[in-house]
Amino acid sequence: MAVQLTVNDAKRTISAEPEKPLLWVLREDLGLPGTKFGCGTGLCGACTVMIDGKTVRACMTPISAAAGKHVTTIEHVAATPVGKRVTEAWVELDVPQCGYCQAGQIMSATALLTAQPKPDADAIDAAMRGNLCRCATYLRIRKAIQSAANAGSEGAKS
Amino acid sequence: MSRSSTLNRRAFLTVALAAGTAVTFTADMALAAGTKTKPVMLNAFIRIDANNRVTIGSKNPEIGQGIRTMLPMLIAEELDVDWSQVTVEPTLANEALYGPQSAGGSRSTPVNWMPMRQVGAAARQMLLQAAAKAWSVDAASLTTASGQIHHKASGRSAPYSAFIDQAAGQPSPSLASVPLKATSDFKIIGQSITGVDTPDVVKGRAVFGIDVSLPGMVYAAIELCPVFGGTLASMNEAATKALPGIIAIVPLNSGLIPTGPNDAVAIVADSWWTANRARQTLKAQWKTDGLTGFSTAGYEQAAAALHKGEPLKTLVKVGDAGGAMASAAKTVSARYSYPFIAHATLEPQNSTAIFSDGKIEIWAPSQTPAAGGVMVGKVLGLAPEAVTVHITKSGGGFGRRLMNDYMVQVAQIAKALPGRPVKLIFNRADDMQHGFYRPAGWHQFEAGLDANGAIVALKDHFVTPSDKGWPVRAGDMSPVEFPAKFVANVLFRQSMVPTNMPTGYLRAPMSNAMAFVFQGFLDEVAEAGGMDLPELMRRTMGAARAVPLYDRGPVFDTGRARGVIDKVCAMAGWTGRTKGAEGKGRGFGFYFSHSGYFAEIVDITVTQGTRIKVEKVYVAGDIGSQIINPMHAEQQVQGSVIDGLAQAMIGQKIQQVDGAVTQKGFGDFPLLRIDAAPAEIEVAFVKTDVPPTGLGEPALPPVIPALANAIYAATGKRLRDLPLRLGA
Ligand code: FES
Ligand code: FES
Repeated sequence: MAVQLTVNDAKRTISAEPEKPLLWVLREDLGLPGTKFGCGTGLCGACTVMIDGKTVRACMTPISAAAGKHVTTIEHVAATPVGKRVTEAWVELDVPQCGYCQAGQIMSATALLTAQPKPDADAIDAAMRGNLCRCATYLRIRKAIQSAANAGSEGAKS
Repeated sequence: MSRSSTLNRRAFLTVALAAGTAVTFTADMALAAGTKTKPVMLNAFIRIDANNRVTIGSKNPEIGQGIRTMLPMLIAEELDVDWSQVTVEPTLANEALYGPQSAGGSRSTPVNWMPMRQVGAAARQMLLQAAAKAWSVDAASLTTASGQIHHKASGRSAPYSAFIDQAAGQPSPSLASVPLKATSDFKIIGQSITGVDTPDVVKGRAVFGIDVSLPGMVYAAIELCPVFGGTLASMNEAATKALPGIIAIVPLNSGLIPTGPNDAVAIVADSWWTANRARQTLKAQWKTDGLTGFSTAGYEQAAAALHKGEPLKTLVKVGDAGGAMASAAKTVSARYSYPFIAHATLEPQNSTAIFSDGKIEIWAPSQTPAAGGVMVGKVLGLAPEAVTVHITKSGGGFGRRLMNDYMVQVAQIAKALPGRPVKLIFNRADDMQHGFYRPAGWHQFEAGLDANGAIVALKDHFVTPSDKGWPVRAGDMSPVEFPAKFVANVLFRQSMVPTNMPTGYLRAPMSNAMAFVFQGFLDEVAEAGGMDLPELMRRTMGAARAVPLYDRGPVFDTGRARGVIDKVCAMAGWTGRTKGAEGKGRGFGFYFSHSGYFAEIVDITVTQGTRIKVEKVYVAGDIGSQIINPMHAEQQVQGSVIDGLAQAMIGQKIQQVDGAVTQKGFGDFPLLRIDAAPAEIEVAFVKTDVPPTGLGEPALPPVIPALANAIYAATGKRLRDLPLRLGA
C-alpha cells in the first residue's frame, strides 16, 4: 500500500504495510534514524515525533494513521523557533550523556514550550514524565527547558 | 593496570606514514573531497592537516560517561593546541595499536591519564624537533601555544602544520620521559568541555549501534530460549519462511556467551519490524529439562533456610567473633537482601555485521569491542586479521555491554548470509529477559558493641547464587568489606543457592549491593551505640592513615574517607540522627569503590505514610587531584545518584518463574522518571594529591543506604530488603 505524507516539510510516498509503525518507516524506509527505538510499547518516549504539531509515540503509530499529515522529527525540529531554542539550550547545558533518549526529550520539550511558553516546575515534570532517560539527565533537562523558556520570553520582548 | 604500563612506544608512536597510505582512524573514512594536501599522522592518535586542524582519535567506547571527549582532552592539552582546533574521531578496535579499549570498572581515567598525555606530549616534541631543524635553532629555545611554535630570539612563529611532514619523520621520544605540563599550566584539563557528540545528538545525527546503515542491509530479530540453558527442540520454519519479506531463518548457538547451551533462532527480513512480527509464527519449542525448577520464590526460600543453618564455608576469620559477641555489652542482628536486577540500557542490544571472502566486519555498541572481536573470531573460526570491529556509540552501558552475546550472534547470522550486511536488534522483552543480571544476595548480620558503642565483633552469613558450585559472576563478596579491617573479631561466612540465571557486572558491581547491606546495618549499629553513622565511621576508622586491604593492591585511606564524610556533613548541616517533623528524614551513607571515596546524605519526605519523595541529595567525593571535565563529572555523579535511587525505591526486581524471567519491559521493570528525580543534587569534590581516578561508578553505592537510613529517620521503619517499600 502506498501512503503519502509530509515528513520534515518534504512530501514522501511510502509503500509499506499499513500497520508498519511510523518509527520503522522513518528509520528503515526514509533514512531518518534520529528517532529511536526503546521499547516499542509506548513506555519510554525514545520514539517521540510530532504529527501536525502534537507529540506521538512513533512506535505505536501505524503509518496509515500518518497518511496526509505533517510529521516532524528530531532531524528537523530546529526549523521551528521553539525547537531551535530548545536544541540550543540542550547544547549550552550539555544535557545528553549517552544521548539515546534525547531526540524524544527534545521533541517533548519543544511541544511543551510551544503549547505553554512559561511552564512551572510541576508542568515540566508532568510533560516530560513519558520520556525515560536511563542515564538520568533529568536535572539538566529541567534546567534546559527553563532556559529555553527564558530565551523565548527575551526574544518576544526585543 | 599492567596493560597500560607495558604499552610499548612503537604502538603509540611509529605508525609510519608510508607514501600513499590513507591516514585514517576508521577503515572506511574517506578524506574530505577537495583536500589538496593530505593530513599527516604524527602517531596513532594525532593527525594534523595543512590548515592546522588537529584530528584526535578517541579510542574508548562511549556509553554516556564522556570518555570520547575526555581522552582527546588529555592529548590536546599536552600537544598544546586549542580545543577549538580539535576534531575528534573514534578509532577502530585495535588494542595492539591503541592500548586498552574497554569501558568498565571506572578504569579509563586511571589507565589513560598518563599515556594519553604522553601521546600528546610526544607529538609536540616531534614538532619541536622538526621546527628546530627547519630554523636551525636549539629545540630548547622554542615554545608552543595554541598549535603554534615560537622562537622568541628571532621573533619567528609558525603553525604546527608548517612542520608536519618533517615531524612525522622524527624519532619518537620515550613516552616515559617526555616532559609533561605542570598542573598550573593546564588550559583544557579542568575546563568544562561540551561533549563532542552533543551537537550531533540534538540534531538526531549521532550514530549509535542501532543506527548503523549499510547498503543492501537486512534485519534480524531473535527468538531466544526463554529458559536459560535450554536447547531448540523444534520450530515451524517453513511457515515463517513463507511470509512476505522473510529472507532466512538461522538457528544459533555460540555456546560462548553465556557459556554452555543457549539456543536461539534468528529471523532475517527486509525490515526489522517484519522479522520481529514473524516470531509469533515460528512456534519454537525448547528442551528445558532440569531447568524449569529455578525461580525467585525458590531462591528466597532456600536463602531463608540456609540462614537458619551452618554456613557452607568461611570467607574471613579474624580473632574470635563468637567469644567477643558473647561478652559484648550489646549485640545487634539483622537480615538484609537485594534482588536480581537488569541493566535496562535504553538502546536495546544490537550489532551489525557483514561477512564476505572469509572476513567479517562488525559494528558493535560494546563496552569491550576488542574482546568481542576475539569471541567472534573464535566462534567463526577466523584469524584475528579477518575480524574488523568498529566501535559505535552506545545508548547506555552500565556493564551490560561488557558481554558481547549480540556480537557473536550477529556474526553467526552474517556468516549464514555471505555478502549481505545484517543488523540484529533485540526487542525490549528480549533485552529484559536475556540479560546478565546483577545477582541477588542475602546477608545475616550480627555485631557486638562494647560499653562505648565501639564494634568489637562482626559476623555476616552471606548467601549468594551459584553455578557449578561457585558464586556466579559478580556474586562474590570482598573479604575486606568495611569495617572488616577495623574490627578485632570478624567472621564472614558464605552459603550458596544454585541458579541458571546469567549474571554480570552492573555499574559499581558488588558495591551497589554491599554498600546497602553494610551501611544500612552499620546505621543500626550506630544507633545501638548511641551515635550517628558518620560518627561511628569516624570512630571505627580512627586516625588518618593508609590501611592496606590486601597483601598488595588497593589501600583504604582513612584520611580521605574522613575528608568526604566531614565535607558532606558540612554541606548538609548534618546535626546527627534526628527524627524530622512531618515525615521528613535524612540519612547518611559512605562507600569506597573503584578508588573513589563518596559520602552522601539524602533528604526525604514521606507522605500518606508510604510515598517517598527524595528532596535533595548531597554528595562529597574524592577521586584524586584533578577533575578533568567538571561539567561531565557532575553529570556522572547526578546520573549515578539517580541510578541508585532507581534501584532502591521504584520496585526494580527481576523475577524468575519456571526458569525464565517474567519481566517484559518498563511496565514491570520501571526506570525512574523525571517527576521522581530529586529537585537538587549538590556535588562537591575534595581534592587530594593522588592521580585522578574514575567516576562512572563510585558515586552510586552510598545513595542506597543513605535513602534507607533516611526512611528510618522519617518513619522509624527499618527497610532491609531492596527494593525498599513502605506499606504492604
Ligand atoms: S519506543 Fe516508542 S515509547 Fe518506547
Ligand atoms: S542520555 Fe542516555 S538515556 Fe538519556
